[in-house]
Amino acid sequence: MSREVAIVAFAQTDHTRRTDELSEVEMVMPVLHEVLRQTGLKTSDIGFTCSGSSDYLAGRAFSFTMALDGVGAWPPISESHVEMDGAWALYEAWVKLLTGEADTALVYSYGKSSPGSVRDVLTRQLDPYYVAPLWPDSVALAALQARALIDAGDTDEPALARIAARSRQDAAANPHAQLPGARPQGEHVVAPLRTGDCPPIGDGAAAVILAAGDRARELCARPAWITGMDHRIEAHSLGVRDLTDSPSTRLAAERAGAFERPVDTAELHAPFTSQEVVLRKALGLGDDVRVNPSGGALAANPVMAAGLIRIGEAAARIHRGTSDRALAHATSGPCLQQNLVAVLEGDSHE
Amino acid sequence: MVVEFPFTRSLGPVQSAFLTGLRERTLLGVRTEAGRVLVPPVEYDPETAAELSELVELPTTGTVTTWAWNPEPRPGQPLATPFAWVLVRPDGADTALLHALDAPGPDAVRTGMRVRIRWAAERGGAITDIACFEPYEATDAPEAAAPHDGGFADPVTGIVAHARLDYTYSPGRAQTRYLQGLSERRTVGERCPSCAKVYVPPRGACPTCGVATTDRVEVGPRGTVTTYCIVNIKAKNLDIEVPYVYAHIALDGAGLALHGRIGGIPYDQVRMGLRVEPVWSEGGRYPDHYRPTGEPDADYDTYKELL
Repeated sequence: MSREVAIVAFAQTDHTRRTDELSEVEMVMPVLHEVLRQTGLKTSDIGFTCSGSSDYLAGRAFSFTMALDGVGAWPPISESHVEMDGAWALYEAWVKLLTGEADTALVYSYGKSSPGSVRDVLTRQLDPYYVAPLWPDSVALAALQARALIDAGDTDEPALARIAARSRQDAAANPHAQLPGARPQGEHVVAPLRTGDCPPIGDGAAAVILAAGDRARELCARPAWITGMDHRIEAHSLGVRDLTDSPSTRLAAERAGAFERPVDTAELHAPFTSQEVVLRKALGLGDDVRVNPSGGALAANPVMAAGLIRIGEAAARIHRGTSDRALAHATSGPCLQQNLVAVLEGDSHE
Repeated sequence: MVVEFPFTRSLGPVQSAFLTGLRERTLLGVRTEAGRVLVPPVEYDPETAAELSELVELPTTGTVTTWAWNPEPRPGQPLATPFAWVLVRPDGADTALLHALDAPGPDAVRTGMRVRIRWAAERGGAITDIACFEPYEATDAPEAAAPHDGGFADPVTGIVAHARLDYTYSPGRAQTRYLQGLSERRTVGERCPSCAKVYVPPRGACPTCGVATTDRVEVGPRGTVTTYCIVNIKAKNLDIEVPYVYAHIALDGAGLALHGRIGGIPYDQVRMGLRVEPVWSEGGRYPDHYRPTGEPDADYDTYKELL
């Protein structure tokens, strides 16, 4: 890889159950301004802009064009959008910088789950012939995976409850979290998953600035260098997959170089407690790795932004000097269907 | 706000055979080059991407490979009473099918339990032709997969994928103020603090400067036609006689034109620069149309920047 690319700034909203008083662009604009402020850049200084969001959440076609108003797109900018989590928008921006076509990039994503019923909305991303007509909601599909894990002896309900408790406890130190601090594990939503095993439903946004080489060093005291990034997908039919494993995550991590040296931190996008079990196994993470110190998606899960936030949280720990080598993971689709892994490193302490 | 989209989707040969088979109470899988049987069948091998076409008929019995108890069924799901979501591996198949299992409670469900298909009374060639699975504790050995040519009379070649999602739309700060203004028959824009342009309707941000628009500015009610077109084709469900004129109208004080219909003047006499004012209908939430004010036409230089 000929070009060094780093995350130099990260911002996120406070994540809340509803943001009825804000339109999408009104929700996104403060985080865009915040990452620009951190770097001292203006929109006109940015070489490439890429965003992630979903029209199904918004209930409106081309909803991202409205949010783009918050960027300031005149004079004309170089811009792209993915109908996915912003982590994939970051991947596109990273590639753009690697090619040398830009030196800086602004990446943002947002999701307002509050206008609709997100469990039902997410059924529309499923196979329209064999699966979507049955309206299996996101919790139901995660619960099938959780049962498979329990049957395989990989976890049990008390172990899942400990993941929930640890995540919410860690989130107590995260001022942006929607569910900070201890929560009751609650009743079964779709058994074996209880309320505490499921992510909160909420609204939020995040933004990141990437820069290449010396530009990154100018903009950030300790850039979070992206030393590798890769994303992989499983076969779409749930019934052909081993739900207790995530070979796509493992392959993405391998291609991203995650296994070359140990990581000290892992920000895993696991909206359900059971998915953390799958990911830890797929990535071979031991107890010496700090997993989701932010509280993870169990503490705040703005759909389409939660994956980008994992990368941003990992980068922010490197910026602060609390991590030297971090793994960040994002997922999309049912039961960890698509998985992205990024490896971030800070310059060694002197 | 309701978003509905009854997408009509066409089927390939394998999907067509499978869904037609369900209509005829026949469960079909597809065999891969490696000899695995995939159910539901797909047209391309998920491992090798080879095209698949060798159909096999399977018994309607199978084994639960994983399950989840759903205490509160949601709209559109297969059963209205509490049920188990299941992945079922049909006898003779190597993969599993997602569906619902009708069982009295979670204690009656376990991984490895034997189940069979309960067919829907009315079937038309869709995955919902399987009403659900039901427990089936017979001990006879399952039948093997048998070749099937996929041929049926009157095959199903498409499905209509109904989707309906309900949203409660919240327009946000700027648009809420705009709508409140309209309810008082006033048009309220917002000014960009950076470039001073006045946006109508305001969306909360200046797309040029990327900053929040905050100052409220009442514009109009009169305005100038900046450009227009003559509509000659009647839109469905629209109760307006054609031809009529649809125009861009720069309300006085606004930094860009909004669009509206022009009435009260023959369609072929509408022109750029025509001065117009809104006409509200009884109970209307926005102007029904705009009509000439009778003023002299606006000078081109006064609106050329707004074209």
